[in-house]
Amino acid sequence: MASDPNQQTERHGWKWLLSTPALIVLVLAASGPLMIVIVYSFLTPGNMGGVAWEFSTDAWFRVFFRRDIFDPENVTVNQAHLAVLWRSVWLSAQTTVICAVLGFPTAWFIATRPPSQRTVWLFLITIPFWTNLLIRTFAIQEMLRNNGTINTALLWLGVINEPIPMMFTDFAVLLGMAYVFMPLMVLPLYAAMDKMDFRLVEAGYDLYASRIAVLRHVILPLVKPGFIAGSILVFIPSIGAYVTPRVLGGGQKMMLGNLIALQFGQGRNWPLGAALAMVLLIITITALVLYLRAVNRQEAKRDG
Amino acid sequence: MRKTLALGTAALLASTSLASAQGVVNLYNWGNYTSPELLEKFTEETGITVNVTDFDSNDTALARVRQGGHGFDIVVPTHSYLQTWISEGLLMPLDKSVVTNHGNIAPEWTDVPFDPGREYSVPWQWGTTGITVDTAVYDGNINTADIVFNPPEELKGKINVVPEMSDVMAIAIYYEGGESCTEDMEVMRRVRDTLVAAKPHWKAMDYSTVENFASGDFAAGIGWNGAAMRARFQRETVAYGYPETGFPVWMDNATVLADAQNPENAMKFINFILEPENAAMISNFARYANGVAGSDAFLDDEMRGAPELTIPEDLQEAGKFSEACPQEVNDLQSQIWTELLQ
Repeated sequence: MASDPNQQTERHGWKWLLSTPALIVLVLAASGPLMIVIVYSFLTPGNMGGVAWEFSTDAWFRVFFRRDIFDPENVTVNQAHLAVLWRSVWLSAQTTVICAVLGFPTAWFIATRPPSQRTVWLFLITIPFWTNLLIRTFAIQEMLRNNGTINTALLWLGVINEPIPMMFTDFAVLLGMAYVFMPLMVLPLYAAMDKMDFRLVEAGYDLYASRIAVLRHVILPLVKPGFIAGSILVFIPSIGAYVTPRVLGGGQKMMLGNLIALQFGQGRNWPLGAALAMVLLIITITALVLYLRAVNRQEAKRDG
Repeated sequence: MRKTLALGTAALLASTSLASAQGVVNLYNWGNYTSPELLEKFTEETGITVNVTDFDSNDTALARVRQGGHGFDIVVPTHSYLQTWISEGLLMPLDKSVVTNHGNIAPEWTDVPFDPGREYSVPWQWGTTGITVDTAVYDGNINTADIVFNPPEELKGKINVVPEMSDVMAIAIYYEGGESCTEDMEVMRRVRDTLVAAKPHWKAMDYSTVENFASGDFAAGIGWNGAAMRARFQRETVAYGYPETGFPVWMDNATVLADAQNPENAMKFINFILEPENAAMISNFARYANGVAGSDAFLDDEMRGAPELTIPEDLQEAGKFSEACPQEVNDLQSQIWTELLQ
């Protein structure tokens, strides 16, 4: 019975139905809203928010260009938007690097513990996820402010005479972002190290490689997939970060997320907000494509 | 076993039907703005339960109600948005046979331009957007927007401006001698130049003013009067000034939605908050004045006659109802705003 090929295919033919719930969720929850955003980006701003059903490419034009407010004939590149875009990309890149530099020794430490202890360390890494992002961000604020934990301690110890202003600086934003996204770097790095064959490290030493040489030529190439996955996981949410720059940066300088929020809120220009959201999406997709390519290249190398 | 379960279910059903007979009212209000004691008292007196949902901006509230299917009965928009709510038919006229306390609305808040004769709305709370200064750091005149736009040496780098575009724009436009929502490009150019030149002296553009003034992280800034008062309770030297060139006055108003599910209960609630004692509960919680005559007597001691809640006689002229600007003007302002925050 079971070897009847027709019945086999028929059974297979129905199997895809099992994925219907997932498909429905994908279509309704991902593609649906995305289509709305695309459509909105080609409409005209409505009165007091919303959109008017009138086709216009003005929003897209304004993402990249601006008419001088006081001289409409004068069209230039929209420096304000580009500055915000650049700041988002730059800050995310810095966050990714900080997470990688600090995440690597952390993951290494965990991976080199005896197996029975590793679960405990991994468990500790996930503890920050138990608390809401906003609350964690405000907790950092409590540490950084003028009469916060750090300054109070330093003053008490007599290291400084006046509080160091740390809140509302790029340093505060970077610290907050690195802290928030660190686990997303540590976990894939650990996964890569866990799969690593430590005999290769021993082999390196046997061949008289120095510690640095082993790190560079053996360990780093082996955990590279972990770095790439971790970088993607950190970079993508960083670039859309909204809460951390707002709370710790003091809202003086916008990130892409804040610029988009402005258009849907006080700016009351939903089409522009939608177009900017699409730009953010395009950046994210580009990053993902680069990631997939890197992974494919790696696999091709391994197979070849 | 089954019998007890059935009995339990019956009891549960009975109790829910009882609750629904007495009813609910769904209030859609600004976050952290509704006194829980006020709601308890209302339930005690009427048996009606109040469910509160928060919003964080007028735009959010308007967008959500416009979509329909929201299930709210009462919403509390700011005066500048009220005409939009009314003209789009989103609100229900007040039923004055239920809202018998209508006459308790303070005379100066009854015939207001945003709802003449108060056909649709009653005061919730009102306030001003002005200048907050820590007088321990700077003891000069605080009734001027120079504090923020052309700051004295001792305040530079210690200024916070709340990131509320329309309020900041209005103060800057008044400062440059324009009318709010002006389309006068000469004025707007000066506004932009003033803001761009002033911003390097600012430390932050943040909403969390109370704790930062209390801790000394901020020494001056643009902010709301209620927040300035709460900061003063924690740090005596914090004072509130009214820019003589002009400052925005705003009022949040309770209204009943046209598609309310529980309109009678909503009207009862509107009537309830117009009792001076109850209006005072709103103020004692959220720390703004309320616009109901006779409620002063029930205010907390520390709030009665507070300078932050009373505009000085000679500066009353400078207070102007902020407006929601037409789309083109708002667009112009948000371009300047984006340039400022780039």
